[in-house]
Amino acid sequence: MLTSAQAWVILHRVPDPEIPVISVAELGIVREVRANAGDVDVVLTPTYSGCPATEVIERSIRDALSAAGARSVRIETRLAPPWTTDWIEETAREKLRAYGIAPPGAAAGTEQPLAFMPRVECTHCGSSNTERLSQYGSTACKALYRCRDCLEPFEYFKPI
Amino acid sequence: MNATLGAASAAHVEYVLRIADSSLILGQRLAEWCGHGPVIEEDIALTNVALDLIGQSRLLLTHAGKLEGRGRDEDQLAFLRSEPEFRNLAIVELPNGDFGRTILRNFLFAAFQRPLWQALAGSADADLAAIAGKSAKETRYHLQHASDWVVRLGDGTQESHARMQQALDLLWPYTAEFFSPSPTDEVAAATSIGPAWASLEADWEAAVRPVLDVATLKLPARTPFGSFGKFGRHTEHLGHLLPEMQFLQRTVPGGSW
Repeated sequence: MLTSAQAWVILHRVPDPEIPVISVAELGIVREVRANAGDVDVVLTPTYSGCPATEVIERSIRDALSAAGARSVRIETRLAPPWTTDWIEETAREKLRAYGIAPPGAAAGTEQPLAFMPRVECTHCGSSNTERLSQYGSTACKALYRCRDCLEPFEYFKPI
Repeated sequence: MNATLGAASAAHVEYVLRIADSSLILGQRLAEWCGHGPVIEEDIALTNVALDLIGQSRLLLTHAGKLEGRGRDEDQLAFLRSEPEFRNLAIVELPNGDFGRTILRNFLFAAFQRPLWQALAGSADADLAAIAGKSAKETRYHLQHASDWVVRLGDGTQESHARMQQALDLLWPYTAEFFSPSPTDEVAAATSIGPAWASLEADWEAAVRPVLDVATLKLPARTPFGSFGKFGRHTEHLGHLLPEMQFLQRTVPGGSW
């Protein structure tokens, strides 16, 4: 019989489809897991409204838990409180950096005046001499940066 | 929700539809930029903003369908309503124009959405409050992105400045509709569903003016011109946008993939 502790372990192995080096649990979108006699309820808080990965994530969670022996899997979407990058687990931040995505700063810093551009360290050489090329990268949750020292581009997971 | 709507509930649905439809139609307009952006970064940025807006409208339309209680889902509301049934602000249905005009509209609209979401986060309608709380975070980045460009282009070359001023002269009269009073707003405010939009004007102006100043753009004078998209009276442009947006569901009703 699948327990909720076991279900959590499994959800730490389900990769995020856009950033496969981290799991959906590490991303902080799994808010609650309740297992009762093999029936598993999972509460998810989606990231961006427009994130096309949401449906894939639900399917992967369903498949992974069923494969681990869950009798039924019910997924409930909870919008409030809204997802924040502050919920990304500490272990995931290093993985993001190694993957070439600078991890987000604190979400409280997003209410900044117009000209504000957060100082982001280059994921390749660690230099802080970097510049933002675009507010949006390959997905809505990332911005595109370039290092002025090693000249390599990299992405920044925007705090939200 | 009752099958027969009382006056309060009808206004509630109408109020949610205004917000949902404005996000949806602007999302559709921005999606037209896919593959046509002036540089690849902006092509991606505009379509990412479009995805956020369409995502917001999906949540809101689903909610409106439930409030309405006639069994209509997000797809039926988005793809099977006709022009006069849409409640979007007229400004979002106007053609994109050049990149500058598109960005300027994003700026004017995001600056309006921001105080709207903030006020709605305290709505007596818990679902609406949840959608607003989430959307507010996204709109922050839409506004930052658009503001950057308004300054860069407005205070840019002679050509970019002239085009931005032209775009502002064209779009500005349509912003009066954001704040025009309506019975729907009165019901929404009285029942704590959401703010009367007229009450957001000061916050909007406080966000818009400093950026336009830095961008060296001149604010046009207010004129008697009025648009009425949120009342279902649209410009001729929506009638051209809808057939393209609705093509699939009109041709294959109920089709899904």
